Amino acid sequence: MAQTLTVAIMDAPYEAAASTTAFRIIASALRKGIDVNVFAYEGAVSLTMKGQAPHANPVKGTTVEEEDHPTTKDIVSALVALGAEAPRLTWVNCGLCVDERGAGDWIDGVKRGGPADFLKMAEGSSATLVIPTK
Amino acid sequence: MRILNIVESAYRATLEEQDDTVLWLSRALRNAGADLTVLLRGNAVSYAVQQACPTLSLGALTIQHPAQPNDDLAKLRAKGAAVFVVQEDLDDRGIDKQRCVEAAQPVRRAEIATLLEEHDQIWHW
Repeated sequence: MAQTLTVAIMDAPYEAAASTTAFRIIASALRKGIDVNVFAYEGAVSLTMKGQAPHANPVKGTTVEEEDHPTTKDIVSALVALGAEAPRLTWVNCGLCVDERGAGDWIDGVKRGGPADFLKMAEGSSATLVIPTK
Repeated sequence: MRILNIVESAYRATLEEQDDTVLWLSRALRNAGADLTVLLRGNAVSYAVQQACPTLSLGALTIQHPAQPNDDLAKLRAKGAAVFVVQEDLDDRGIDKQRCVEAAQPVRRAEIATLLEEHDQIWHW
């Protein structure tokens, strides 16, 4: 039987190293053929906002092209591409969290959902990993 | 599937949900049919203390519905979810259990391993 991992994440973009760890776990699981569900709760719904834009770095004197630094929406897009078929990545943003943050304009491959979806994903998974805000 | 939601962070993001966000999530999961237990530890044991929750005024703005953690715990219990609070974490903060609501049942640290064994998934928030 195919394995499935559900991951709940909460941190807003760039706030915590835990988000980087979560991205790495998700990518590693997909590369190992494990289906992954993500439930983005609270600030984590902003990870997928389409309006994110990279910038130049005036301290280093580099242009935006020289920096070539992806935003979190680019990282999630890469994960969505990695999990486009089999194994599959299912990314669900908490809808109420989205509404309170005005974060509804998101990249392709992301769905709106709620706690019932998180429960359903957890019940259908081999394991659930909660990475909360601390 | 039995889920143990361990809540440790306290009074965070209460402006957002006007609740503790994980107690809110616990109630939503319970309403969706989850077999759920809540364990309060660390600073979140303060949720078990009987407390007044006044409204918050900022300039002309008033937040009329502040977080009510006592009510959240009582409503979880009313829905059949067990709620535990770590006794030693109360003791460490000088909180007498007489000040705590009945909805939260004290549990010793030595008993937590048994509690973990009784659940299929442990979610630590």
